[in-house]
Amino acid sequence: MSSDQATRTKQPLVALAGVNKWFGDLQVLKDINLDIANGEVIVVIGPSGSGKSTLCRCINRLEGVQQGEIRLDGVLLPEEGKALARLRSEVGMVFQSFNLFAHKTILENVTLGPIKVRKVRKAEAEQRGRLLLERVGIAEQADKFPAQLSGGQQQRAAIARALAMEPKVLLFDEPTSALDPEMINEVLDVMTSLAREGMTMVVVTHEMGFARKAADRVVFMDHGKIVEEATPETFFTNPRSDRAKDFLSKILTH
Amino acid sequence: MQALLDNLDRLWSGFLTTLGMSVAAAVIATILGTILAAFRVSPLPPLRALGATYVQLVRNTPLTAVFFIVIFGLPAVDVTFQNFFIAAIVALSVYTAAFVCEVVRSGINSVSTGQAEAARAIGLTFGQSLRDVVLPQAFRSVVPPLGNLWIALVKNSAIAGGGFAVADIAQLAPSLARDNPAQVLAIFGGIALAYMVITVPSGIAVGVIERRTAILR
Repeated sequence: MSSDQATRTKQPLVALAGVNKWFGDLQVLKDINLDIANGEVIVVIGPSGSGKSTLCRCINRLEGVQQGEIRLDGVLLPEEGKALARLRSEVGMVFQSFNLFAHKTILENVTLGPIKVRKVRKAEAEQRGRLLLERVGIAEQADKFPAQLSGGQQQRAAIARALAMEPKVLLFDEPTSALDPEMINEVLDVMTSLAREGMTMVVVTHEMGFARKAADRVVFMDHGKIVEEATPETFFTNPRSDRAKDFLSKILTH
Repeated sequence: MQALLDNLDRLWSGFLTTLGMSVAAAVIATILGTILAAFRVSPLPPLRALGATYVQLVRNTPLTAVFFIVIFGLPAVDVTFQNFFIAAIVALSVYTAAFVCEVVRSGINSVSTGQAEAARAIGLTFGQSLRDVVLPQAFRSVVPPLGNLWIALVKNSAIAGGGFAVADIAQLAPSLARDNPAQVLAIFGGIALAYMVITVPSGIAVGVIERRTAILR
């Protein structure tokens, strides 16, 4: 994997170097090295407990790491405080459980960041917010509260909320895992179109169809390590490691 | 009963004193208690320790002792108040804030950590996420216990008149009873009723506020 990085001439948008992280005695990330180029779509897969969600959460420092460096656009992630908040505003995140603000309408969810962080005027933020809601297909839900929406609609609202900050990179932490099966596609469709439009994305998911269709690179993790990195084509048809072969045989047989 | 009717003007002025003292203390205690709660959930350990220490010290001190400290103790370190009324507001605020802190903190804990993470993920600072995302939801979920604290505060204010020369409803009771020994029961009953004029409608209002502000989950 290191030779792959060396050939990339431009500075990576996200760079993780020698990252190690422990929860107590348990090491959840082991010597992670990963460069993500501007516009690249990375899909992170692996069995549960493999550290893939933690990896995702470390990129905007919702989780701190004990060792190693994480850079965004060449800048080392700051410690807690205003600088970190500013950096986080440039990294969008979509959560498994949506995490919409329950006391605010869908439109208010989308405009809160631009108004409070970017100091955009309310009218302008709302106009842009409505366009984003239209883009994810829920324009008519703008004035409802999160609990009045279906899971799929809530997750699309959460994507619009992240997009409203015009992030450099979007992190998806198992965005479809909490959804009923019939709602998964409406969310994946939005994600696929974002990928086509050139958004840099890190997607932790179990949706192999999405990985095949939208990923530039698949990162396979197990026990806190990156075991294998490959194009989706190579990974799904000809995985190198036994662990990946075993994992794929378990999830692709039905 | 006649004694109360003959002294309606004093009863009314005492009632206004009790109400004014309670409202002022409630406002200050809510603000101070909320700041303390923010301290207790802060990422900075010294602030957390400060909040926890305040709560432990104040919550475990009898209110009467807090009054004594504010009125007779603080002047020893050159902190004095214009009058007993102001001092009583200070004592009640300091005391009630400890309880408000714990109520608000439990409200903060009722907001899912995911929402706080989402707030930080869009770039809000800790203070912004508390103010715009967490606290508005926290307050909605603790309307009933905050209502309890308000009712307790109104009744606790009786210590100001009972022991510290503030001309509130509670101070009126013993002086009327001294002058009209035959009507003691009616006088004290009437005084209790005067407190209920504040607390019973408050309880109903709390219920209305709880329903109106409820969040769809």
